[in-house]
Amino acid sequence: MAQTERVIEMKGITKRFGEFKANDNINLNVEKGEIHALLGENGAGKSTLMNILSGLLEPTSGEIYVNGKKAKIDSPEKANQLGIGMVHQHFMLVDKFTVAENIMLGKEKHNYGFMDDEGAEKDVKDLSDRYGLTVDPSARIEDISVGMQQRAEILKTLFRGADILIFDEPTGVLTPQEIDELMDIMKKLTDEGKSIILITHKLDEIKKVADRCTVIRRGQSIDTVNVKNTSQQELADMMVGRSVSFKVDKIASVPQGPVLEIKNLTVKESRGLEAVKNIDLEVKAGEVLGIAGIDGNGQSELIQAITGLTKAESGTIKLDGKDITGEKPREVTETGLGHIPEDRHRHGLVLPMKLEENMTLQQYYQKPFSKNGLLNHGKIKEFAKKLIEEFDVRTQSEESTAASLSGGNQQKAIIAREISRNPALLIAAQPTRGLDVGAIEYIHKRLIEQRDNGKAVLLMSYELDEVMNVSDRIAVMYDGKIVAIVRADETSENELGLLMAGVSLEKAKKELAGKDIKAGTAGAAGAAGNAENDGKERATVANDETE
Amino acid sequence: MLTTKQSRLSALLIPILSVLLGFIFGALLMLLFGYNPIDAYQAMLMGVFNSPYFIGEAIRQATVLTFTGLGFAIAFKAGFFNIGIAGQLLVGWVAAIWVALSFPDLPRIILLTISIGAAIVAGAVWAGIAGTLRAYFGTSEVIVTIMLNYTALHLTNYIIRSVLTTGNTTDMVSENASLSVGWLTTLTQGSRINMGLFIAIIVVFLYWLFMTQTTAGFEVRAVGLNPDASTYAGMSAKRNIILSMLISGGLAGLGGAIHGLGTFGNLFTQSGLPSLGFNGIAVALLGLGNPVGIFFSSILFGVLDVGAGFMPNRAGVPDEMADIVIAAIIFFVGANYVIRLVLDKMKSNKTAEKGGE
Repeated sequence: MAQTERVIEMKGITKRFGEFKANDNINLNVEKGEIHALLGENGAGKSTLMNILSGLLEPTSGEIYVNGKKAKIDSPEKANQLGIGMVHQHFMLVDKFTVAENIMLGKEKHNYGFMDDEGAEKDVKDLSDRYGLTVDPSARIEDISVGMQQRAEILKTLFRGADILIFDEPTGVLTPQEIDELMDIMKKLTDEGKSIILITHKLDEIKKVADRCTVIRRGQSIDTVNVKNTSQQELADMMVGRSVSFKVDKIASVPQGPVLEIKNLTVKESRGLEAVKNIDLEVKAGEVLGIAGIDGNGQSELIQAITGLTKAESGTIKLDGKDITGEKPREVTETGLGHIPEDRHRHGLVLPMKLEENMTLQQYYQKPFSKNGLLNHGKIKEFAKKLIEEFDVRTQSEESTAASLSGGNQQKAIIAREISRNPALLIAAQPTRGLDVGAIEYIHKRLIEQRDNGKAVLLMSYELDEVMNVSDRIAVMYDGKIVAIVRADETSENELGLLMAGVSLEKAKKELAGKDIKAGTAGAAGAAGNAENDGKERATVANDETE
Repeated sequence: MLTTKQSRLSALLIPILSVLLGFIFGALLMLLFGYNPIDAYQAMLMGVFNSPYFIGEAIRQATVLTFTGLGFAIAFKAGFFNIGIAGQLLVGWVAAIWVALSFPDLPRIILLTISIGAAIVAGAVWAGIAGTLRAYFGTSEVIVTIMLNYTALHLTNYIIRSVLTTGNTTDMVSENASLSVGWLTTLTQGSRINMGLFIAIIVVFLYWLFMTQTTAGFEVRAVGLNPDASTYAGMSAKRNIILSMLISGGLAGLGGAIHGLGTFGNLFTQSGLPSLGFNGIAVALLGLGNPVGIFFSSILFGVLDVGAGFMPNRAGVPDEMADIVIAAIIFFVGANYVIRLVLDKMKSNKTAEKGGE
């Protein structure tokens, strides 16, 4: 048997928080030079396990071996010394500093106390050349793209001598092209002898880069599998613990009268530029209208104008027959709007407050939750309990803070609150961002349910899959305008991709007719499994398309 | 996750440890400079607790601190740092005395009501300026309230010298504007303790009622914790900024009325801002924003304040040293974050050891 070198061995790791076991006897082995995926739902215990490995938490019981030697990792510095480095999901970078300064942070290069900028930049350059991580060492973090910032973060851990890199949900903030580049970088790192632990719940990424995968469910390690011999469906089922469907089950929609009518709407963004340009849009009762588009093409501003968070520059918005242009959020909500906001931490919840208080965040002033300005805590609690039960929000109690819930359960709590008011129009902005397949499936089902109950649903998402699966009609936004409205069952991912890049519907259809053969070739190359070729091939197709 | 009982216990542990550490640090300082800390602390505590008069004085001081502490706390809960409590207290003091001097012959109940009412309005307006500027123009309330502190100080001195009198001290207010309560005064052998104590207890209850039981209090808390989510949920952040600053200043003004009518019965020119305003911040932080906690930490500060006066005569510790010791205690109260950090670290080590067995 070929002896492979184990760089990390975690044995029987248990971590308790009071009564709650976040990790329950977890085993994890990482071999030298492999990409080892750690797959699990939100709140399954992946982060806890990695925080233990990187010295932020201490396990209640269990042993850790690094390079075959038993190790006690009681601080991040200790993890550093052992060659364990973490590439955080939220980058730990100083915006105003340059890439080189950030990488050197804490280990600055100096001559007799004076900063040696040139030397530092040269060191960074050498390091980035070695691993193919192209960065501009003298650029400021605030001026470079998110993908570039991530490279700086990776270089930072490499500079500190990391041999084992932990990537915590690294692709959440990246564009598709940046994701491909990151995958290449990860492969290159393992070629150089580094080992990688990839925390994710995105199955396609695991299939693309990982060698082995350990699945964690409810704090327990379920299995470690070879990625090559395991299908996405099998991985998903293992993660969730039951059979999951990727396709959204739905019957044909029966649209009725219009619920949301937008005419000639123009909205300016915070800097005073027009973000939404003279839009007409209609959402009918009993349909899901999806809004597709690349981030930053006016989708957020459109939603803010409907919800009353931003004033419209001109045009009218009618909800359920009532003109709500210029109304405040409360009036709009009372007219019949439910809103699952894009940023659930910033707009959706007051994290330090109790779950029951969050559940009544829009209704606390109404009966039966209060009377003559005095709150009725009993009724609030009763209501929260009912929603927790009905929407299967996993929490210790209705008195737990919203912050103590996992991301998926926080989102469920928001959806419970918004749907419980039975609004004529439900706006769902990026409702499944950062969630695992189980939660996504659930949320999609709920959205379709709203539709089937004769309500209107406006779904905004940057994920094409989501828009295509859930919507009945899709409006594509580009540069503040709606370039086309297509039927979800008549369009294709390629067509939407072209529309999102600003190509007109007519032109897109024409172009796609001539591209069928070429796209087929690219698909075949992908199936052959040569990742490098695959990436290049797809890059050329993308170039052709945008021309 | 901690159970509520455990977390409540550890919540109490932090302020108690802060105070203890403050005392220990103060003792080390005194040792360093060759004074006997045991004598000094004994002088402080015995001085207060051996005499009904000084117990009364400590409670009187605590009464005013309760108002300034609650005033700071409500703005803090709404997400603001109202550093202008001292100035708001001062304008409340001026308003109360001014009204009391203007209508000396009104019946006591009416005169007290309008004097105290005027003080509350004055404090609220003073803080409301900062709140309005913050709500509509985004101006930092810290800077505005600091500046308004000095404006209040000099305005007060101007009013005393040029409007109310020509000297540095106003006349005493009439009997009808006095807050003194006969049996309390007798009980404490003539101390200046007054009905402010009862008002403070009522206000502590009202504060609790407002914050936990009313929709307005719910809004103030929600806006303080997450203004974006609150706005999205239909609350008006502007309205709540101004409302919480008005209440904050109103409470400080009320403290000013109790201090003016109860402690002194007149108004005199000030060389600096009253420390009662700033100590209210420490009181609020020590009380962890809980109204009952604020009441008890006010009493502690009242005892420290009055007791420090005994350290020079009875233990030979100079005034300045006594002030430094008090300041050290306040410092540790403010630094309770550090104590929390150490406690957390100890706890996690303990669980790790237990698991290892």
